[in-house]
Amino acid sequence: MEAAAGQKSLPLILARELASNLATPMFLMDDAGTLVFYNDAAELLIGRPFAELGEIASEEFGQVLELSDADGNRLLRRNSPAGIAFFEHRPAHLRLCATGYDGVRRVVEATAYPLFGAEGEMHGVVNVFWQVDDAKAPEVEPD
Amino acid sequence: MQARVWGCRGSLAAPGADTVRYGGNTSCIAVRLESGDVVVLDAGTGIRPLGAAMVDDTPAEIHLLLTHLHMDHLQGLGFFRPLFDPDVHVHLWGPASPVQPLAERIAIYLSPPLFPVRLADVPATLTFHNASDEPVTIGSATVRAANVAHQGPTVGYRIEEGGRSLAYLPDHEPSLGVDLADQPPSWISGHDLAHGVDVLFHDAQYGDHEYPNHVGWGHSALEHVMRFADKAEVERVVLFHHDPYHTDDELEALLVDTHRRWNTDHDHVCLAHEDMTVTFDASGVQIT
Repeated sequence: MEAAAGQKSLPLILARELASNLATPMFLMDDAGTLVFYNDAAELLIGRPFAELGEIASEEFGQVLELSDADGNRLLRRNSPAGIAFFEHRPAHLRLCATGYDGVRRVVEATAYPLFGAEGEMHGVVNVFWQVDDAKAPEVEPD
Repeated sequence: MQARVWGCRGSLAAPGADTVRYGGNTSCIAVRLESGDVVVLDAGTGIRPLGAAMVDDTPAEIHLLLTHLHMDHLQGLGFFRPLFDPDVHVHLWGPASPVQPLAERIAIYLSPPLFPVRLADVPATLTFHNASDEPVTIGSATVRAANVAHQGPTVGYRIEEGGRSLAYLPDHEPSLGVDLADQPPSWISGHDLAHGVDVLFHDAQYGDHEYPNHVGWGHSALEHVMRFADKAEVERVVLFHHDPYHTDDELEALLVDTHRRWNTDHDHVCLAHEDMTVTFDASGVQIT
């Protein structure tokens, strides 16, 4: 029998279980860079529930959450903590601004780290956000 | 293929008058393939009588598939007679670790002061393999492993032969932190391994009323087993890894309650017991 399509690896499953039980916004990416889950708390950043959007391919992520640095410059996803964790296989942390579907720019601290399995294989990336309540989001500079 | 249960008790061997019907030996199932090859699932204390039964007809090659290295799945290994036969080649499969090779982890138990004979000194030829999620051919069967939710590195196995299949997940807590009923199949630990199998041997350590005191211990309650089996669309469920505190009468009471609550019967859900034999062939599956 063929394997069921899309079976997630155990590290991702356990990370999702953790995220589901946290009040801290958390995103999960798989080993292809697809956003495969975000928890209820992260819905405040995205502006829509995961159940509505479902999995989001890497190239579509910019339509969901627009990132800019602390000075208001657009942030390439590759240079975001999640991008660094994904492409460079190392943890990263950054204060940045995130704009979701509701159009509100929020200042957040983002930490991302890669998930490696027992044989060193990469399973994905965990991306955790902390909203910075006392910081004012800068205006985004036009392209 | 034919699978025979040599041990189905969980956590600790539990011999005694209260456990004679289902048995007190810990996890071990022998699967004899159409090709004649022998696959052994886990090395709990049930592997001792299995090894004794092989004395007069020991296979030249045995594949021992370990789900993990907790004692109830490893303790019988030092008493498995084929290990002491220099003409036997034993392939040991188990979960990978980023810290130590499988051989070194097993040798922690099979060495003084825990055991008098060192693993390196057993006469049989031993070859160690990390269990793979890529299909592996053993004789006439295809075997696949996958990491599953338990305490520490743990895998489950799926064996397919001639269009029939079994899955073996003796230690598994797929419900930890989530309600299985709400989960998409792709997000359920072990789903891919168990999907559509003819027979699923699954952890059923706790009654539903016992689980709240054991959350995170790595085992399932009966409700979890039934939800998991339903999601995985398995044909038959064999409840496995019985709690050492559960007597025969208590196990049977749990089974009756499960049949009632899930509107099912013995043809779909039954209790594993020592000497249970499951025969898979073109005509179907027979459990005796």
